[in-house]
Amino acid sequence: MRGGMRNAMPEQPADIRNKNFEEVALGYTKEMAVDEAQRCLNCPKPRCVEGCPVNVEIPKFIKAVAEENFAEAIKILKRKNSLPAVCGRVCPQENQCESKCVLGIKGESVAIGRLERFVADYARENGLDAVEAGEITPKGKKVAIVGSGPSGLTAAGDLAKLGYEVTLYEALHDAGGVLMYGIPQFRLPKEIVQHEIKALKDLGVKIVVNAVIGRTFTIKELMEEEGFDAVYVGTGAGLPYFMQIDGENLNGVYSANEFLTRVNLMKAYQFPKVATPVYVGKKAAIVGAGNVAMDAARTAKRLGAEHVYIVYRRGEDEMPARKEEIHHAKEEGIELRLLNNPVRILGDDKGWVNGLECVKMELGEPDASGRRSPVEVKGSEYVLDVDMVVMAIGQGPNPLIKQTTPELEVNKRGNIVANEVGATSIPGVFAGGDIVTGAATVISAMGAGKRAAQAIDEYLNNL
Amino acid sequence: MAKILFMQNLAPSIYEFVVDAPLVAHKCQPGQFVMVRTDEYSERIPLTIADFDREKGTITLIVQAVGNTTQHLCESFKEGDDILDIAGPLGQPSHMKNFGTVVVVGGGIGVAPVYPIARAYHELGNKVISIIGARNKDLVIWQDKMAAISDEVIVTTDDGSAGRKGFVTDPLREMLEAGAKVDLVLAIGPVIMMKNVAATTKPFEVPTTASLNTIMVDGTGMCGGCRVMVGGENKFACVDGPEFDAHQVDFANLVMRQQMYKNQEVLEYSCGGHCRCVEE
Ligand SMILES: Cc1cc2nc3c(=O)[nH]c(=O)nc-3n(C[C@H](O)[C@H](O)[C@H](O)COP(=O)(O)OP(=O)(O)OC[C@H]3O[C@@H](n4cnc5c(N)ncnc54)[C@H](O)[C@@H]3O)c2cc1C
Ligand SMILES: Cc1cc2nc3c(=O)[nH]c(=O)nc-3n(C[C@H](O)[C@H](O)[C@H](O)COP(=O)(O)OP(=O)(O)OC[C@H]3O[C@@H](n4cnc5c(N)ncnc54)[C@H](O)[C@@H]3O)c2cc1C
Ligand code: SF4
Ligand code: FES
Repeated sequence: MRGGMRNAMPEQPADIRNKNFEEVALGYTKEMAVDEAQRCLNCPKPRCVEGCPVNVEIPKFIKAVAEENFAEAIKILKRKNSLPAVCGRVCPQENQCESKCVLGIKGESVAIGRLERFVADYARENGLDAVEAGEITPKGKKVAIVGSGPSGLTAAGDLAKLGYEVTLYEALHDAGGVLMYGIPQFRLPKEIVQHEIKALKDLGVKIVVNAVIGRTFTIKELMEEEGFDAVYVGTGAGLPYFMQIDGENLNGVYSANEFLTRVNLMKAYQFPKVATPVYVGKKAAIVGAGNVAMDAARTAKRLGAEHVYIVYRRGEDEMPARKEEIHHAKEEGIELRLLNNPVRILGDDKGWVNGLECVKMELGEPDASGRRSPVEVKGSEYVLDVDMVVMAIGQGPNPLIKQTTPELEVNKRGNIVANEVGATSIPGVFAGGDIVTGAATVISAMGAGKRAAQAIDEYLNNL
Repeated sequence: MAKILFMQNLAPSIYEFVVDAPLVAHKCQPGQFVMVRTDEYSERIPLTIADFDREKGTITLIVQAVGNTTQHLCESFKEGDDILDIAGPLGQPSHMKNFGTVVVVGGGIGVAPVYPIARAYHELGNKVISIIGARNKDLVIWQDKMAAISDEVIVTTDDGSAGRKGFVTDPLREMLEAGAKVDLVLAIGPVIMMKNVAATTKPFEVPTTASLNTIMVDGTGMCGGCRVMVGGENKFACVDGPEFDAHQVDFANLVMRQQMYKNQEVLEYSCGGHCRCVEE
């Protein structure tokens, strides 16, 4: 037993990586992974498993790593988590499994996420994660999945393995949802997402891109005309919010979704080799402090912005982004302007941003969410000198499906109402992921897809 | 993939494409558009569905080569080639009913998106008066097709080389000043034209719609890049529009936002970019 401190993650140096789009964290070597795995106590009542939203059998897969049986390790992981290479990179483990690990009480918890990533990468690179086809018995029923984010991908995979004929409809030209258009290459290489999508195709899942459900087909048409017996809606939280302050329509103001989509999905960082342009200022203010804001800030830095400010109305402890990403961002030279709230955006006579007026804030009493709520300091307004502003204050549900499916019940924020296994107000229509919960995490979206796949199987067996 | 089944040059730098897009054709309504990505280097650009044939599963696109992607499509693609991605139909369909008398105004290439809407108005029993405007006679497109579905067609050109000399707003203003009963005006064309049509009809309180050609990225409501101020509220043209009440649109903001990439694109693509000379 080693206890103590975890193995450090090899990384690109901060002042080099903040100029390129290569992955920041390089991953454990086999030796590091085996060494790290040997720290695990293999607890009889593993608390880490309770902390995992999909209850991965953590000590079991770690034991396999310690024994250098990586084929077994990937099998154990994939039983509960169909996208371990993704989750190992982007899950907020510090609030989930790792926060519960007993080793964390006296020293550092086992680096569960890094081990998960190592196993998935090792398996992919060595062909250990190929699905064993041939075991599947066709059920003769068809399921449509709407949206190809982590939720839709998971549901599609599980249903295909159960023997259903699965078609996945995606509005954009590439499948993957936020994993493709939102989370940048330097945190989640797109080749990994594409590898998972190829695995789905190998399972027989038919992927139809450029299909905007609600427009190309309505949900009703999928069931009544296209012959689907059930539908799973995993359309995410894709609608960007703006602050509704003056100056948001000036040139040089982006939603984080637009900025990141131009760079990730449309690869504008290769402009002019690719045709999609992106504007990047010399001094950029990113409004918000979640993962989306960190990604936008670090992307702006990589594209040449000299100063990048995170403008956030609360304090550092309240920042919702993963701790690791805040740490990475600071290392890369992102400047935090905490306890600052934007009041309006200023522009020049040609309609371009040239300043962000902010008011300083101080922390007051805890609010409903338990976070201390910020209050304005009267008369503290000042202008932050910027020529680019990115709004990263959250996303809501896209209203298209609701508008074209009036019978589908939604709550007042526009999220689809579904029970714990994803059943909605329409028989045979299930939903999960961000479209139900509001913007959340990759793993919770995956978990919802998994539970819904089970529920759809039961529903269709009883039909 | 969508195969180009037919392609022809209609006017200088304006091309007609008939493409195989059965999923779009089976469902589209007048007023809707598609997002097109020509190849893996391309932008996603919005193009209006100018015509469609549900049985053959085809849609017609009319494209004016104005920049990188449109030039690439018009100059490098030929019949039989595949367009990589076509997504749609997108946007709110035009509001359809029997209004009475409708004046449709198409400026330049705007005639193409006007056509399916005007045809539907006509089929619903509206009296359709079409005003087609262009810089000169070579740039007048689809006059015959418009004539076939209109009760009256008026052509204007800036230089008088076809129809009457002047702008589309001239006959429109005369009509309104003469007290003609007009129940709806629809304008599609350059922003400046739509703005002037709105200004012309405003004093007469004639309901006026314009179809806005904002810059778009996804076309599904996900990025907000297409936002425009309409009646003091921010709207996403791709999902809330593209048609809006022209009297409520902040055209100055629209013009300003369309300029966002002008310097960058003109600078980088002095050749038009489609030759991919910049690739290395
Ligand atoms: C920039 C960014 C960074 C993030 N970082 C992290 C992180 O580090 N860790 C973490 O756990 N979470 C992170 N998240 C959150 C996480 O990505 C989401 O919670 C998760 O992707 C939700 O998955 P989903 O399957 O519900 O939807 P999405 O991933 O949003 O996918 C939905 C898909 O449905 C498609 N779609 C929408 N409407 C239609 C329609 N009508 N027809 C067809 N297709 C449609 C969309 O185009 C999209 O591809 C981040 C999010 C963003 C935006
Ligand atoms: C709903 C909708 C329907 C449209 N329908 C048609 C159509 O049927 N036929 C057609 O030819 N065009 C149509 N357009 C306009 C077309 O999308 C643009 O011409 C195209 O995106 C320009 O792309 P590009 O790469 O060729 O030019 P770029 O190289 O991107 O730009 C060239 C110049 O055009 C400006 N520009 C860029 N995008 C737009 C835009 N969307 N509108 C106006 N100016 C722009 C740029 O600022 C630049 O100055 C439509 C636009 C919208 C929003
Ligand atoms: S809680 Fe920590 S030590 Fe115990 S089984 Fe889980 S990872 Fe291993
Ligand atoms: S084009 Fe992205 S929201 Fe309209």
